Amino acid sequence: MAEAAAVNGKSTAAKLGRREEGNMLGVSRTSRYIAHAVLILGVLIVAFPIYYTFVASTHSLQTILRPPLPLLPGDRFFENYYQTLFGGVGRIGGVPASTLLFNTLVMALGIAIGKIAISVLSAFAIVFFRFPGRMVFFWIIFITLMLPVEVRILPTYKVMVDLGLIDTYAGLILPLIASATATLLFRQFFLTIPGELIEAARVDGAGPWRFFKDILMPLSKTNIAALFVIMFIYGWTQYLWPLLVTNSNSMNTIVIALRKMISFADADTQWHLVMVTAVLAMLPPILVVLFMQRWFVKGLVETEK
Amino acid sequence: MSPRVVFPNKILPYALLLPQLVIVGIFFYWPASQALYQSVLREDPFGLRTTFVGMRNFQRVLADPNYLNAVENTAIFSIAVAFFAMSIALLLAVMADKIIKGKGIYRTMLIWPYAIAPAIAGMVWLFMFNPAMGTFAFMLRSAGYAWDPLLKGDQAMILVIAAAAWKQISYNFLFFVAGLQAIPKTLIEAAAIDGAGETKRFWTIIFPLLAPTTFFLLVINTTYAFFDTFGIIHAVTGGGPGKSTETLVYKVYHDGFVNLILGDSAAQSVILMVIVIVLTAIQFRYVEKKVHYG
Repeated sequence: MAEAAAVNGKSTAAKLGRREEGNMLGVSRTSRYIAHAVLILGVLIVAFPIYYTFVASTHSLQTILRPPLPLLPGDRFFENYYQTLFGGVGRIGGVPASTLLFNTLVMALGIAIGKIAISVLSAFAIVFFRFPGRMVFFWIIFITLMLPVEVRILPTYKVMVDLGLIDTYAGLILPLIASATATLLFRQFFLTIPGELIEAARVDGAGPWRFFKDILMPLSKTNIAALFVIMFIYGWTQYLWPLLVTNSNSMNTIVIALRKMISFADADTQWHLVMVTAVLAMLPPILVVLFMQRWFVKGLVETEK
Repeated sequence: MSPRVVFPNKILPYALLLPQLVIVGIFFYWPASQALYQSVLREDPFGLRTTFVGMRNFQRVLADPNYLNAVENTAIFSIAVAFFAMSIALLLAVMADKIIKGKGIYRTMLIWPYAIAPAIAGMVWLFMFNPAMGTFAFMLRSAGYAWDPLLKGDQAMILVIAAAAWKQISYNFLFFVAGLQAIPKTLIEAAAIDGAGETKRFWTIIFPLLAPTTFFLLVINTTYAFFDTFGIIHAVTGGGPGKSTETLVYKVYHDGFVNLILGDSAAQSVILMVIVIVLTAIQFRYVEKKVHYG
């Protein structure tokens, strides 16, 4: 910033002939080049660790153990990925990564779909109906916003044991959808829907369900898509909860399994397979974010403000 | 807000609320009340007798040097993560606001880490910087620097801060870009015509107008550093070496699940709850001011 402006000290508005869409006055060509340079440096910092993980996943264990690691991918891509996906890795009980990916997928989808489903329904009730206790229920749900699962781990774990939910998908999913974020977002959005729409629907003889199905859901499509991406990533990247609630190796999520594969105490960590697992664990959420970028960015920035 | 048009149904709304209330009741209110209850009890080491001890768990926790150490670690960690993640993101966002071509490409390249689990971010950084075979550790040592985050507490802290801040840059970047776009261009052009250079325009116009975004991100980043980074600490350092990277959330976990001191762990949970409630209250005041209900 500072050096950009120092170089740009002389630039005045009058010097700038070119004005394009989104460009502002008073940004000289030099400072624009510097901006590109800074951004490229930023991209390198942000993307390099991910790239390097991929590079490591294509080398043999021997290459990895002799630093520095080459900057270009090696020739073990197929071998390493095949062994991890279908062969199983010793330290985590021989569970193949495909099982881990499936577990994580179930968890992420369960959290995303489950949270959206219960939240849409309760926001619908709170915004479009008047009934005794409405505000009490709203506050009961709202307060849950304040306490992330990290804060109440031990008692929640006890509930899981009592209900027999250890090592089950329900145990992985249910406690993480017990929060108010999505309900509040839908409530906010529903409140912006004009009353005339409901009036019109009622004049036409539509009941609450018709209104919900034919008017409310189509209007909420963008919000649901954005929230789906955010919740999917939230579910996929969970750590503390799956760590506690899964004991058996075949129920682990891929993030937890990755942690179990690494040991610095003894030398037999199979780093090439660890790196493959890391790439496999990063890839699905990255793809979701990249492909749904437009919705996700809009949803993230608009809903969280 | 004008009085809303509503459906006259009397039973349906309860049925609609039921799924969420059941889940919230079983998985939120029940455990949260247990935490409150546990925090005033003390179990003997064999779990045979439980006695009511009032505030004594809290007193002991707050007087425990290990707890104070965790408070200090959490403060250093959170401030450093928020500072680096936000200032790097702001720099990149300001740069992205200046350029004309390639904005979309840069954004795409910069949002990747948002999708990565904090624990994986930590493990990737540890892979690059671990003393046994990390390439960067190798380079640091070739340069004559005694780098060993597995043995030296301050270096371990630097490593987890770097990983945690790195992961959060994308999120902050997206919000700063949105915040910058919301600043009226006419203001900046007026200042440019008056002869204000880019640095001056940034500090006198852009930065103050970004304050709501910055403040919002400050709360979000603090919450992130407090809670979401458990995975980084657990996966990379396990609170060590010594207790040099043990944060508050890590200590709740460690005392509750590893050391099995339930009363202390519950008391720590309650203290954390208070911290979160304060953070949420600050955040919600801000949100209420910003959002206009139709």
